[in-house]
Amino acid sequence: MVEQTKTRLVTGPFNRVEGDLEVRLDVVGHQVERAWVNAPLFRGIERVLEGRTPMDALVIAPRICGICSVSQSHAAALALGGVMGMVPTHNGQLATNLILATENLADHLTHFHLFFMPDFARPDYEGQPWHPRAYERFAALRGSAVRSILQTRALALHVMGILAGHWPHTLAIQPGGLSRGVEKQECTRLLGILGGVRAALEESLFGTRLEDVAALSAPQDLRHWRDKQNGSDFGLFLQIARDLALQHSGRSYDRFLSFGAYPGFESDPRQRHWCSGIFESGAVRALNIQEVREDHTFSHMAQAPQPLPPFEGTTEPHMREDVSYTWCKAPRMAGLPCETGALARQLMAGQPLVRALVADHGGNVLSRVVARLVEVARLVPLMEQWVRALRPGAPWCHAQPGTVPDGRAIGMTEAARGALGHWLCVEKGLISRYQIIAPTTWNFSPRDSAGVEGPLEYALRGAPVKEGEQTPLSVQHIVRSFDPCMACTVH
Amino acid sequence: MAFTVLWLQSGGCGGCSMSLLCAETPDLVAQLRGAGVEFLWHPSLSEQSGTEVKALLADILAGRVRMDALCLEGAVLRGPEGTGRYHVMGGTDLPMMAWVRQLAAVARYVVAVGSCSAYGGMAAAAPNILDACGLQYEGVHPGGALGADFRAQSGLPVVNIAGCPTHPGWVIETLALLAQENLHAEDMDAVGRPRLYADQLVHQGCTRNEYYEYKASARQPAQLGCMMEYMGCVGTQAHADCNNRLWNGEGSCTRGGYACINCTAPEFEEPGHPFTQTPRIAGIPVGLPTDMPKAWFVALSTLAKAATPDRVARNAVSEHLLVPPSSTGAKA
Repeated sequence: MVEQTKTRLVTGPFNRVEGDLEVRLDVVGHQVERAWVNAPLFRGIERVLEGRTPMDALVIAPRICGICSVSQSHAAALALGGVMGMVPTHNGQLATNLILATENLADHLTHFHLFFMPDFARPDYEGQPWHPRAYERFAALRGSAVRSILQTRALALHVMGILAGHWPHTLAIQPGGLSRGVEKQECTRLLGILGGVRAALEESLFGTRLEDVAALSAPQDLRHWRDKQNGSDFGLFLQIARDLALQHSGRSYDRFLSFGAYPGFESDPRQRHWCSGIFESGAVRALNIQEVREDHTFSHMAQAPQPLPPFEGTTEPHMREDVSYTWCKAPRMAGLPCETGALARQLMAGQPLVRALVADHGGNVLSRVVARLVEVARLVPLMEQWVRALRPGAPWCHAQPGTVPDGRAIGMTEAARGALGHWLCVEKGLISRYQIIAPTTWNFSPRDSAGVEGPLEYALRGAPVKEGEQTPLSVQHIVRSFDPCMACTVH
Repeated sequence: MAFTVLWLQSGGCGGCSMSLLCAETPDLVAQLRGAGVEFLWHPSLSEQSGTEVKALLADILAGRVRMDALCLEGAVLRGPEGTGRYHVMGGTDLPMMAWVRQLAAVARYVVAVGSCSAYGGMAAAAPNILDACGLQYEGVHPGGALGADFRAQSGLPVVNIAGCPTHPGWVIETLALLAQENLHAEDMDAVGRPRLYADQLVHQGCTRNEYYEYKASARQPAQLGCMMEYMGCVGTQAHADCNNRLWNGEGSCTRGGYACINCTAPEFEEPGHPFTQTPRIAGIPVGLPTDMPKAWFVALSTLAKAATPDRVARNAVSEHLLVPPSSTGAKA
């Protein structure tokens, strides 16, 4: 028997991943055998935060990331609120949720139309029955869906113009609520904007009412719906997914993590509309945040004797030739890697279709994308509900003390691409430690001291590589299915 | 012939690109087409990845592909120890710092998109372990990654579209003017910003101007009053047209209820005091309008405070309009 030769591919610069990314692949035969994921840019914002007045975190934290900006704000406001013993007003909570949901929605639309789908318009897929339509709709910078989604996205972000001043990088989200109160007329305009967004999504992305998509519950529903061929972009994706068997592509550990999204369920600031937890083997269990550690074994970071909890964590750059290969740390929950994102959120929330897809084939390119689109369909009606619940005339922001007391707290929220945590320590009135674990830090983490790969590294095992491919398309689909944000990853 | 743009990202958050996608009306793609601007490559928008991008970069450097403008978003990272290896461009094993220097040398124009690539910005905030800097500035000091004497092939220094983030209109209009060969040295201000937006102050068009006139000030977030006296707002000194151009439809920082932090200025990231607290000496805010004698300001403020209508004074510290303007009292 002839031994198959091993070739090494170094792919990069990877685009449409919000930042810079390199993936090294060992290819044997026509499959990826092993992958090493490298975040090749270091940011160091945690170090910038240390030593500053705590409230400055509200200015600095959003600037970690241009696409998860509001989520970073929210995590900082929650951490500060935790130290101050403060929760937002009722209006402040609803408005904060609207701002978070707008970013989440805009990011999902950006991801599907501008980051993920253009790969199916590539000449490599010429000859596929769906290629002419994929090209017409999604060819990068040229497709008809590019212009229309930019318009819909810009319209959705008018919610920010009303509630948050602008996006990205707002300073509107405060520990005690929102810095901007609105009146009836603004609420009316918010509903008008959401009506416009709803109409656009129902016309082209889904070809049906959002409620119909949100209510999809079984894989056969999805198949029926796909075969109806209603001319929607979601339908087109489902045809592509069937022909390329995307449900068999990019499966990882099937251990999912969410910090829970949108506080204030039933007016309780501790309850989230979509709950936190770990989902594994078909069931949700409570997460114990004390079990989080960050492993630096293969990161360009100074080592500790053992992986440390974030309240004791450090960010000291230290490149070690031939050992460390990325600026990303390796977060682990009870020692294990976890996948996070819209799929995890909808699993925790018990969305039946998403649960069923994961029961069949786990987390994969198909289920990650479907979860994102189902989430879009669930979010807009929720946002409409929140606007109607705003009470002009009632308080927007609690009075805030001039100084932040000493103490420590965790701000846990969800960015579009998954669980985001800020670990804040205040001593003598200043930030003494600030550690951040971003969603893609979980998903694109390197190996840990036990040699266990990060979720993407594991998901890339077995990815098919065609003859002559230098940046294999299957790898690109898998990478982008996580909706990575590299800027956050290396914060 | 299209005006070709290569867009790279380095030490930054990508927020200027995300903001650019908010362009309206019309949308970004239509506006770029209208201006005759074409991306050779943009990290969020282009199809090419990996080897396709490396081939494009090689073609540009060899003169086989014309690059009219090199846009950089994010600071240049020079660390550690001048190696630039805090950002090695994926797939190339070459620091972005080196790519930027090589590509800038063949660009007709070099454009810094955002305060990070212009001056260092938040990426260069203390302790700046990255040794981050702007393309042609290090904070307020000329220099940076390309050096104070750098001139692009057109003869222009780096065009600094500063802002954190940048408004899509600032970027598109600057590129459109460059494409028309219609942005000249005299169209840039003393720190390289296009005057098309930097000749205005954020204060101009601020909806809180009546409160400013009477020094009727907000003390807490969400209150309606002027944010200059207590809340850290420096809109009277900040160069940008935010309150006339507006963001995401009808927004701006001050309309969103929070301070202008002068994000278009070099070293905005180090105000020397908490961002959202106005430093004061003897009860007088430090950092008054730059071109007004301090004694005059104090005199006028004292007078204005004494003359503040009850309506303005009460509304200033309320989250909601308590007292509307009288509709019966005003007769000539």
